[in-house]
Formats: sequence, structure tokens, C-alpha cells
Amino acid sequence: MKDLVGIKELSRQTIEEILNTAKAFKEVLQRDIKKVPTLRGKTAINLFFEPSTRTRTSFELAEKRLSLDVLNFSVSMSSVVKGETLYDTLKTIEAYNVDYIVMRHSSSGAARFVAEHTPASVINAGDGTNEHPTQALLDAFSILEVKGRLDGLKIAIVGDILHSRVARSNLYLLSKFDTQINFVGPPTLLPSDAPDNVRIFYDLREGISDVDVVMLLRIQLERQKGAFIPSLKEYFHMWGLKRHVFSYLKEDAIVMHPGPMNRGVEISTEVADSSRSIILRQVTNGIATRMAVIYFLTPREA
Amino acid sequence: MIIKIYNAHLIDPFTNKEGIVDIVIDKGIISKVRFKSKYQPFAKNLKNSDSTLEIDAKDLYVFPGLIDMHTHLREPGYEYKETIRTGTLAAVRGGFTSVCCMANTNPVNDNPEVTYYILAKAKEEGNCDVFPIGAVTKGQKSEELSEMAMLKEAGCVAFSDDGMPVMNSMVMRRALDYSKSVGAPIISHCEDLSLSEDGVMNEGKLSFLMGLKGITKASEEVMVARDIILSKYSKAPLHIAHVSTQGSVELIKYAKQHGIPVTAETCPHYFTLTEEAVKDYNTNAKMNPPLRSEEDKEAIKEALRDGTIDVIATDHAPHHIDEKKVPFQEALNGISGLETAFALSLGLVHEGVLTLKQLIEKLTVNPAKILKIKKEGIKEGASADLILVDINRKWRVDKDKLASLGKNTPFDGWELTGKVLITIKGKKFFDMRELL
Repeated sequence: MKDLVGIKELSRQTIEEILNTAKAFKEVLQRDIKKVPTLRGKTAINLFFEPSTRTRTSFELAEKRLSLDVLNFSVSMSSVVKGETLYDTLKTIEAYNVDYIVMRHSSSGAARFVAEHTPASVINAGDGTNEHPTQALLDAFSILEVKGRLDGLKIAIVGDILHSRVARSNLYLLSKFDTQINFVGPPTLLPSDAPDNVRIFYDLREGISDVDVVMLLRIQLERQKGAFIPSLKEYFHMWGLKRHVFSYLKEDAIVMHPGPMNRGVEISTEVADSSRSIILRQVTNGIATRMAVIYFLTPREA
Repeated sequence: MIIKIYNAHLIDPFTNKEGIVDIVIDKGIISKVRFKSKYQPFAKNLKNSDSTLEIDAKDLYVFPGLIDMHTHLREPGYEYKETIRTGTLAAVRGGFTSVCCMANTNPVNDNPEVTYYILAKAKEEGNCDVFPIGAVTKGQKSEELSEMAMLKEAGCVAFSDDGMPVMNSMVMRRALDYSKSVGAPIISHCEDLSLSEDGVMNEGKLSFLMGLKGITKASEEVMVARDIILSKYSKAPLHIAHVSTQGSVELIKYAKQHGIPVTAETCPHYFTLTEEAVKDYNTNAKMNPPLRSEEDKEAIKEALRDGTIDVIATDHAPHHIDEKKVPFQEALNGISGLETAFALSLGLVHEGVLTLKQLIEKLTVNPAKILKIKKEGIKEGASADLILVDINRKWRVDKDKLASLGKNTPFDGWELTGKVLITIKGKKFFDMRELL
């Protein structure tokens, strides 16, 4: 496999292979010496057209643990608007002879566009509202660690699903397993025409009371201005995960969030810091999962 | 030069005649149209000299040259996308001898100087008739009316802010009212920009799964409804451009049933393709309005059949490759349509949706009536303006062989049935047999 542009294109078997590899890398990361010489002499570039600290840091650490030489190339969108097309930026980077391109871009389909035009391995670190495949893989890895399985689980995804690449990648991944998926949130932030295998809930309690996993999504602060929700306060009132959900959540249900979270919007402090929350475990697992993805890909000979 | 065409099957909605004919064209003028009771087998050798050309058109149809009432020729201002020369060459290759060019050039065709420029350029370099469409509002800004009466005198046949809908309802109302004194219709690109926002494809399951922002069908239908209502009160003729949804069809049907002076067009892509065509983030299938769903496609075919939709137009929208070789969200809207439109439309005849005569009406007499373009049809004394067509000839679309500078077609590589073999426009003679 040359690229990881989305979960959509992956088979269940490939996903399982990547997750198994991630497990091996997680063991490496628990050692005293955390670096392996696997990709020594190869180069990765982190090409970020959107600001991101967490994802870029996680990738950078994963790359360094694999002994890759790492370049960071941040492009502010304003300079893109002024001139260079994505194609030209890509050709410039190709001229550096890099082996791996980790890219985040605001256009859906951008990762695929780049993958089609370069021999380097492209890893999608988020393209518009389309996909964020490594997030879905690390989420699956984290669920597997806690639950031991994906098959048979019920998962609720709560929040701004319409604009979320995390939601889509998770939808694709979980749909390849025997799972029940609920979308929960205000109708303005849910798809008007939902995928066939998904159940839609406007009511938080109905949507999460019998699930094994609650995945929260970040609410962008500007959604209020776009008339999607009246206010963050009302959102928290209706769909925020607060202490009282413990009264009806399943005893062993876990709570996840891709970060960065807004306390008092998607989640209350009591829930975020409770034993149900595996949010920090997700962060740790991000590195092992991203190492596994890079290791799994083979650039084409230029 | 004398051109003699033998044994062609003529269908001419202008003269309302049909039958087997021999036609003689002398220096661009039709000097003889002789109807025959049956095919007469051709014994002698056909002449092909500098002074005389004889064509045995047995098994070929002869139609009046087609009229495209929705073309973007891009000149002036965007000559890197298309020019009047290349656009009109694409037109005649595709069977169109008249094109009506939209006003969204740079500068916008909102004053007579631009109209004169287009017409002068067309006379000098064009390959067919060019009928400019003026802007409804100055700069297509939806604020002040353009000088419609003077534009009409300069040669504009209709008014449209195509691509930039007139969002202000009072301005649209006044434009419709004013157009009655001008005697040319308003063509409305129906799109509520606040509903389509920054959408890039049809809104639905697929747009969600692709992570692309959808354009709700309501964005078109709300404006179709608005403009029908405005036309009802102003009693001004209104033509709805590029109808793409079932809901629009229903609204237009309602309007016609209630005697509101509304006509409508659709384009070949809306009855040939659905949103599935963008599945691979194919920027050459990105257009506005976007390709819709299967129900919409079927409703549009039915509307063509029952007459709710009067016209097939191309919405020929050529773009440079750099404007399509970008991520889907950033790609410009539109497809290069002049050279595939007629073959795709013949698909409706092969499928049994339309009779050949109905199809030719939607591509000739109907747009001519709406725009009050005078065409004589194929008759003695008239200037030659006709095409010879093999409706069963199979051919493959090759974007690199298009005469248009716009290679942005979603039909590249498709095998189509039906080919315009010869186009004759006055003294100009275009032989597409050489290109096959």
C-alpha cells in the first residue's frame, strides 16, 4: 500500500494488520530506549495547510521514533491564495526527494489529489470535512485495548457530525466491523440524509443510554455564528456530557474525545476527568498508531 | 461553389416539413429543395471538384442548424479558456450554427460596447451566428439594471446574470417589468446563494460520505418558485436556465398550467449523469447546478417528453486545465458541452423518450421562438444553415480532439451514438467525416 488517504478504501483485514502493528510499536514505546532504526535514512515531511499542534506533534514524534528525518512545512492559506497551487507546492516538495508526506489541508479530497500526483507515500492528517484516518485508527486501537473487541459494540458519536472528518473516518472504520452506530446531536449538525447503517438521535439520553462507547466531537466555536446552534451554553445544556449521564450510561461505557476538548461545551470536567474517560490514552496511542501507519506504507520508486 | 445533397431525410420544424429531399446550395444560398417520394439509388460517380461537391446522403438526416441558447464563449476577458473563434468552431462541429453567449465575460456584457465587440469579433473570426445575451444588472451585481433597451438594439437577444443570480427580489421584479418594454426575455439562473452557500455538489448521502459540502435542491427550487411568482405578477416572459431537479420541474409545470409565461431549458448532463459521476472527486463533473439524483434525472426526461421543458441547451462552460487540476472543492464549475450535447441528446431518441422531431424542435424552433431569433429553415432562397447527421454512427469522445479549448468533459472516453457529419452555414462548409 502506497498511501493512507482514507479509511473508506481500506479492508477490514488491512485495518486489523495496522492495529496489530500498532500494538507492537506500543510495546516499543514502553521501553527505556523508544527509538527503532526501522526507517533510518528516509525522510518525512509534515505538510500542514491548516494550523495544528497536536496532530503534527504526534506525527513528528512517531516519525522520530522510527528514525526518519523530519521536515515541517507549514503553509498559511493566505500565501496559497496569493499564488502557488497545491500541485506546484507538491512538485516543489517532491524535488526534495521525500519518502513520506503527512498532509493536512482544508479541502476534502486534497489528500487523494496529492497521492495521485506523487510517488511519495501520502498520509492524510485531515482533509477538509472528509477524513482523518489516523484518528479513527487510534480510536479503534484504544477501544480494542479497553474492550478487547470491536464486533458487537454499540457506539454513539455525539456532536458536530456534519463538519467532522473524525466522525466520517470513524463511521467508515466501525462500519467494517459488526457495530451499531448512533449519531447524536442537533439536527443542524447531523447529515440531512444519513447513511443507511446509522441511527439518528436528537435526544442525548436516547442516543447514548445503551452504548458501549461515547465518542464526542469538538464543537467549533464559530458554529453559533453560522446559525447551526443558538449558543454554546444551549449546546452544553442539551448535548454536553455532564455528571448526570452516569445515572443512565452503561456501567462499563467509555468516553472518548479527539481533542482539543472544550470543557463546559462538549463535556463537563467531572466526566472528562472520570475513570470512564480514555481521552489521554487516545493521545498516547496516537503515536504508536501513526508509527504503524508509516511503517505499513511503501513509497513508489520515483 | 455548388453543393448538391441527394437523398437526405429532412426534418425541419421551421417549415414544418419532413421527407426525402435533394438540396442544392449555390454560394451559400439554398437554390433548390426537391421532395421525392422515395430514395433513388445513386448510380453515377459523385463529383468532388473545386466548383461542385455532391453528397449522397442516403441514411443521413438533414436538420436546420441547431441553436444553443446557453453558451459561454469567454471572450472578452477569458481568452485562455475559450475564444469566439474556438467556441464557434466547437459549435459547428457539434451541429450548432447559432450560439447565444452569456454575459459573464470580463468586462461583463452589460453595455452596448461589449455587445458590439462580441459581434464584430464573431463576424471576423466566428464560424457561426453569435447572439449575445446581455446582463440583467450592471456588473451582474444585482443592484442596478443594465441598459437593456440599448443592449437589445446592439444585438442582445435576452438578459441574464447567469452564474450570478439576481438575489435581490425587488431588482428581479423590476428587471422583469422593464424587460416588457424591451421585448426580450429574462433568463434566470435559479440559485439562492444563501442556501447553496459554499456547497460543491448535490446535498445528500453521497455528499456526506465524501465530506463535501452539499447544495440543497431547495437552493434551486426556492428561486424557481420566486421567479415564477414574479413573472406571474409582472406578466413578463421568464426563461428558467439549466433545470436540474424534480421539484423545479413540478413548479414549472404548475406555472405553465396557470398560464404564467414561463419557459425552461435543461442540459444533456442533467438527463445523462447523476451525482455518482463526482464520486472519484472528478472535477470535470463539477458544475452548477450540481448533478443530482436518479429521481431528478428521470423527472427531467419526463419533463422533456411532456413539454414542461422546452429547450435543450449546452451550458458550454470551458475552463483551463489548471482550473480543474486542483482539489474538488477548489475546482471551477462547468463542462465543455458543445461537441457532445447533440449526441447525448440523441440518446433520448434512441431510448424512446423523445421522437426525433421533438428533439430537433427543442434544439431549433423552440429556442428561436423564445429568443425571437429569425430563422427561415431549409427552404429555397434561404441562407444555408443546416446539418447532415448519421443518428446511428458510433464514435468515441476524446477530449484532446475537441475544437473547444475547454477539455473539461466528464464524457471523455464515452462511446456515443449519433454524429454530425457535415455542417453548412452560409458559404462555410465543415466536414467532420475527415475527423472520424
